[in-house]
Amino acid sequence: MTKLSTKHLLGIKELSVKDIELIFSTADNFKEVINRPIKKVPSLRDITIANLFFENSTRTRLSFELAEKRLSADVINFSSSGSSVKKGETLIDTVNNILAMKVDMVVMRHANPGAALFLSKHVDAKIVNAGDGAHEHPTQALLDAFSIREKLGSVQGKRIAIIGDILHSRVALSNIFCLKKLGAEVMVCGPRTLMPKYIEGLDVQVEFDLMKALKWCDVANMLRIQLERQEIKYFPSLREYSMQYGLDKKRLDSIGKEILIMHPGPINRGVEITSEVADSIQSIILDQVENGVAIRMAVLYLLAGRSEN
Amino acid sequence: MVFEPLKRNLRGFSFSLFLRSVSLSFLHLPTNMSPSPRIILDEKQLDIIIHRLCRQLIETHDQFKNSVVIGLQPRGVFLARRIHHRLSEITGNIKIPYGDLDVTFYRDDFRKKDLVPNKTSIDFIIEDRNVVLIDDVLFTGRTIRAGLDAMMAFGRPADVELLVLIDRRYSRNLPIQAKYIGCTIDSVASEKVKVDWKETEGEDKVWLLTNEENKAGIS
Repeated sequence: MTKLSTKHLLGIKELSVKDIELIFSTADNFKEVINRPIKKVPSLRDITIANLFFENSTRTRLSFELAEKRLSADVINFSSSGSSVKKGETLIDTVNNILAMKVDMVVMRHANPGAALFLSKHVDAKIVNAGDGAHEHPTQALLDAFSIREKLGSVQGKRIAIIGDILHSRVALSNIFCLKKLGAEVMVCGPRTLMPKYIEGLDVQVEFDLMKALKWCDVANMLRIQLERQEIKYFPSLREYSMQYGLDKKRLDSIGKEILIMHPGPINRGVEITSEVADSIQSIILDQVENGVAIRMAVLYLLAGRSEN
Repeated sequence: MVFEPLKRNLRGFSFSLFLRSVSLSFLHLPTNMSPSPRIILDEKQLDIIIHRLCRQLIETHDQFKNSVVIGLQPRGVFLARRIHHRLSEITGNIKIPYGDLDVTFYRDDFRKKDLVPNKTSIDFIIEDRNVVLIDDVLFTGRTIRAGLDAMMAFGRPADVELLVLIDRRYSRNLPIQAKYIGCTIDSVASEKVKVDWKETEGEDKVWLLTNEENKAGIS
């Protein structure tokens, strides 16, 4: 298999196992490239990519921008603050105006679920979803699975616990799709109020006790509490959440085995994870960030390089 | 200074004599008249050529003090590894740095074909080193062009030489020539030169195939 089955990367749900494997094997090559003395390759020198971030982001935006620049693409950046979106311009109008400047690909983050899918139906450019509301965040899931594969050899048969605010997390949903496709066992763990209804329908185990989840898993993916998406109170206080679901050194030591600790960032130190754990040798948080650039280079390369004949 | 080109001419002469015996049988013959598919080199001839190429390299590089060998992925690495191995046998285990280089990300036919990248493994810097770049077949020269670009990501070499097993004459799109050549052949553009290796096909052999044979997968 030499090319992706899709024209856009809207979510993990649309990808086949072969697509994911192709992205991983290509990312292996790019990981070698970004560790060279000269980290740049000329593959996308004739491609212009617009990064449209209608929602805040540090890691994903920088990671995409770096990936694009390492591939020699021309890059334009857009963030909704300080733009005409504030004046009432619609999404399609905004994007079509940008495309009129001869842009080939769009990387978009948007607060509304399905924004990327909507855009892919109405504009003539390749779309990469960099997070749409609480729906999907495909590149994050790919880099998480890629990091697990790198550290544990494979994802197949591994036990991964996703812990925290499952209800508001696009990372959780994309991770579940991706890990299940690759043959992992997945458990979600968090307070009942932050657990979506019918989550069992995704063929995952549900656990409300953090210690049980930690004892079960090989990898713990700690998610951030997304206060910005919470209109009502889902738990009494951050302190109480931290006491029930925060990962600290004591809990980690008491399970009697070594597990990998992951976090998609940004970390709220002292809430879902303590500094001691986040900076420990079991934590692969910074490996995830490095792999993020390689994964995004692979995705952009495969989408842009897809021959149409 | 006078001696140098003379020596080169002499070498080229004896070398083309050797080639005649290999290539005369199909030289200038129209494709439809020739038996097909044709074997250009068998295992023994290939071995002799590799030995000669190694000797030529030693002539130029002597102790390989500042030299490195780089094989181009995907098919050039088998030749490069053999040459690297044979060099250390002949020279008495001199350690010559060796690397595999993939050129996919540097190609100019991106989007015209679906290209699958291969592994690059070069764990040294080529800054100020003499690089011997090795590929199996030199055809249009485009792969070598990409290889030269890809190589520069590992530093600025002092000198770069190209070694190929098969040089397909009159087919170049770019002004690129090899310094060390295993065998020169004349063929039409629609034909394909296929190099088989023990490591992948189970046998060392070089074939000249017509387009149809190539598509039918004859080997």
